Amino acid sequence: MKRKDFLYLTGMGISASMLSNFTAVGSPRVPGTVLRDVDVALKKRMADVALNAARSKGATYTDARIGRYLNQFVVTRDKNIENVVDTESYGMGIRVIANGCWGFAATDKLDNDSIARAAETAVAIAKENSRIQSEPVQLAPQKGYGEVSWKTPIEKNAFEVPMKEKTDLLLSVNDAAFKNGANYVNSILFFVNEQKYFASTDGSYIDQDIHRVWPVFGVTKIDDKSGKFETRSSLSAPRGMGYEYLMPRESDKIHGVTTLYRDRYDMHEDAAAAALQAAQKLKAKSVVPGKYDLVLDPSHLWLTIHESVGHPSELDRVLGYEANFAGTSFLTLDKWESKKFNFGSKNVNIVADKLQPGSLGAVGYDDEGVATKQWDIIKDGVLVNYQAIRDQAHIIGLKESQGCCYSQSWQDVQFQRMPNISLQPGKTPLSVAQMIKNVENGIYIIGDSSFSIDQQRYNFQFSGQLYYEIKNGKITGMLNDVAYQANTQEFWNSCAAVCDKSDYRLGGSFFDGKGQPMQSSAVSHGSSTALFKGVNVINTARKI
Amino acid sequence: MAILTEDECKALLKKALSYSKADECEVSINGSNSANIRYARNSVSTSGSLSSTSMGISSAFGKKLGIVTLNEYTDEAISAAVKRSEELAQLAPENPEYMPMLGPQTYGPAAATFVPATAAITPAQRTTMVEQSLNIAKQNKLTAAGFLQNSAGFSAMMNSKGLFAYNTSTDINFSVTLRTADSQGSGYSTKGYNDVAKMDTTAFTKIAAQKASGAANARAIEPGKYTVILEPAAGIVLLEQLYGSLDARSADEGRSFLSKPGGKTRLGEKLVDERVNIYSDPSYPDLPTANWSGDGQPLKKMSWIEKGVVKNFNYSRFWAQKKGVQPIPYPSNFIMEGGTQTLDELIKGTEKGILITRLWYIRPVDPQTLLYTGLTRDGTFYIENGQIKFPIKNLRFNESPVIMLNNLDALGRTERTVSGESSQNAMIPPMRIREFTFSSLSDAV
Repeated sequence: MKRKDFLYLTGMGISASMLSNFTAVGSPRVPGTVLRDVDVALKKRMADVALNAARSKGATYTDARIGRYLNQFVVTRDKNIENVVDTESYGMGIRVIANGCWGFAATDKLDNDSIARAAETAVAIAKENSRIQSEPVQLAPQKGYGEVSWKTPIEKNAFEVPMKEKTDLLLSVNDAAFKNGANYVNSILFFVNEQKYFASTDGSYIDQDIHRVWPVFGVTKIDDKSGKFETRSSLSAPRGMGYEYLMPRESDKIHGVTTLYRDRYDMHEDAAAAALQAAQKLKAKSVVPGKYDLVLDPSHLWLTIHESVGHPSELDRVLGYEANFAGTSFLTLDKWESKKFNFGSKNVNIVADKLQPGSLGAVGYDDEGVATKQWDIIKDGVLVNYQAIRDQAHIIGLKESQGCCYSQSWQDVQFQRMPNISLQPGKTPLSVAQMIKNVENGIYIIGDSSFSIDQQRYNFQFSGQLYYEIKNGKITGMLNDVAYQANTQEFWNSCAAVCDKSDYRLGGSFFDGKGQPMQSSAVSHGSSTALFKGVNVINTARKI
Repeated sequence: MAILTEDECKALLKKALSYSKADECEVSINGSNSANIRYARNSVSTSGSLSSTSMGISSAFGKKLGIVTLNEYTDEAISAAVKRSEELAQLAPENPEYMPMLGPQTYGPAAATFVPATAAITPAQRTTMVEQSLNIAKQNKLTAAGFLQNSAGFSAMMNSKGLFAYNTSTDINFSVTLRTADSQGSGYSTKGYNDVAKMDTTAFTKIAAQKASGAANARAIEPGKYTVILEPAAGIVLLEQLYGSLDARSADEGRSFLSKPGGKTRLGEKLVDERVNIYSDPSYPDLPTANWSGDGQPLKKMSWIEKGVVKNFNYSRFWAQKKGVQPIPYPSNFIMEGGTQTLDELIKGTEKGILITRLWYIRPVDPQTLLYTGLTRDGTFYIENGQIKFPIKNLRFNESPVIMLNNLDALGRTERTVSGESSQNAMIPPMRIREFTFSSLSDAV
């Protein structure tokens, strides 16, 4: 699902005919019906048609991805169910190497002739482009796995839950917000099922069934007299889970200035709190700009990790492949080669992980048939590794890919995308309350909001949902108009403490954009609450 | 896949409607052929082509609606899909905001949105256009990363109340970033057209090369308020936040920068400098688009900001009915009127200021004031006494397009440009702005 299509599909007041015009990407199907799986033997036969056709035209390597992408949205506006949308997109993407150059073509016609024609087109494109190729593609070796499969370990398939249960949940969520003073509420349940089949001339036939879920809402409170308005968005994280994520458990709640959630989410409770907190934000005092110690909750810190660690450690950015769009990276190869580049303080340990249960990026195999794994990116504050795929592995001396290849659909070419990138919890026992006790002049930030970072990932600015002033070890009230700016390396070197694993939680993005044409990927980032000393905070209040 | 003609679309859509038993039924079909080359490190990186079509069927019983789509067009497949959409409509909850389908509409003259030469671009032609760009990079000892994409498509809709609309279009978009070998300088250029004949990758890459070479060894200046000249590729990413937010419902509901206390709005009020005129026009010769919106409403020339005054809001059909006004569909393009000066003339008329090639990572900070943050990128230069004096390091801004257009100093000639954030094309002039707010420095090149 592309981000712009999600925004479009979940837009308020969307009309039937607008939905009809969306069909180039995903096609609505009958809600509530459970689609039968495509027979794996049929997928193998179709993939073999592509592999054979490409080989016969001179391809030296080919992979074929048959993708069936199901999305379901339930969208509300205030007291109405605005949309119930099921989309399905089904087709095949074929990637080849011919004359040492990549070529790609995709088709939504899955008869033998159309598949063969797409394979031939991919080879023709590769051969044509080889005249502007400076050096041949060098693929890291990859063994064939034969016929294997992998599935997200879900407890309850969201696509099998009756629609009424979902609409009732959202309407009660909105009602909870209204009862607590909200003026407007939007809420959405978004479910994804990627049924992906991968085959390659290495001898792999990999069938995967991937599930993701994202409950989200926005609450608005208006002060009629002043004309001011404030919002508070949900504190949920999108997850690589089934519908069980929406079945709250007390053991997954962390009670503090607001309730926070681990592996189960209480959407109803969070919406009620959001309405009250939106009203509090209207009365909160505007922050005095200056240096503050920041206590960053995982519901906020995930995005800072994503932007300032995840993206700059992507090897394609380091090498310049994203220079025209997403940008390059300050984590240049010389810094990695030195083996002593001081990325952050000793408290900073960042791990890449494509296996983490419940995460958005967890898969058994990536989109070029590599089994997934876990590895260090930052070790005790030092840059030790990047994120690479098969045609990059040799550049950093790897004998095999790190399994970071992904495409958002069958119709887009796969390329290097971020695995789950997470800050490891502190090894010494430390709770959030203990951390706050040691802060003299600080701000406790919960939830994500505005985010922006430069094209080499040095200078960033972030905002949150809730800001609590800390004075002499105590929370003294709510602040507003807060954003913090920092240089990435200085920021991570100011990391003075990380709470222990009992506070560890996942945040994440459904729509991480990169590439041309731009593609979205879903990725999680975990952390415990962390303390950053002396960060520059600005006041964002303006008048127009 | 062939681009279906108007007659072919009519026949297919009529056939689908003939199976309908619903109170109302609407059918649409669209498809496209597209291809691209992406390059980096002076070599091709990825490249591909895609061909796809899809038909959507919407059936309604009262305020209950069901939607299905398919991409197989046999009689049996279409008939089954219509039946399935009707079954779904009977299961769906009533939507109180459902609006009945439109009857026949009168559309203005079709613009020249489809250019056969663009639809006929071959892989070899595409490769040659990229090769020309790479040649400029190599001649100047620079490293190129760029993207070239072309597409040809059609779209049609028909409903049981007699509405029919059809359009074809072509597009070619190009962008390139050139960097110096020591990675100390970077320059950018981007263009988009319907007609491939206008796409001169050599000329556009030369602009990026000139900027890259001139941008090396940038100096740091103190953040603060500066006069800036926003080139069109820079201005568009802030302007699209303004003209894309002229929504009636959010303004009426009190949750927009256009809202005022007590349920009032800024409609009809002077919002920005009186030299600001922003309108949409599907028949604008340099930015032709379809003359109908996604829900079948006619698109015509529409003024949004006139002499600095908010002239119109976008009204959905539901909200227009609720407010007792005519609906105003979201437009398919935007044109901001400019002045007569060239970019060079704007620079010559600047005593002290900053020339900005591109703005990047634009994100909202405060919806109440339409405050956005982001950074300069790929060619930022200090101007003194009408001349570019030296390249400067990139800067982060915190600024509202409303405040920015109130600090308008001068406008250049309007030209077609592409947003690096949304990929949308628009007609935007270079703008000289006073007191543009920068809040910090960036080390990024």
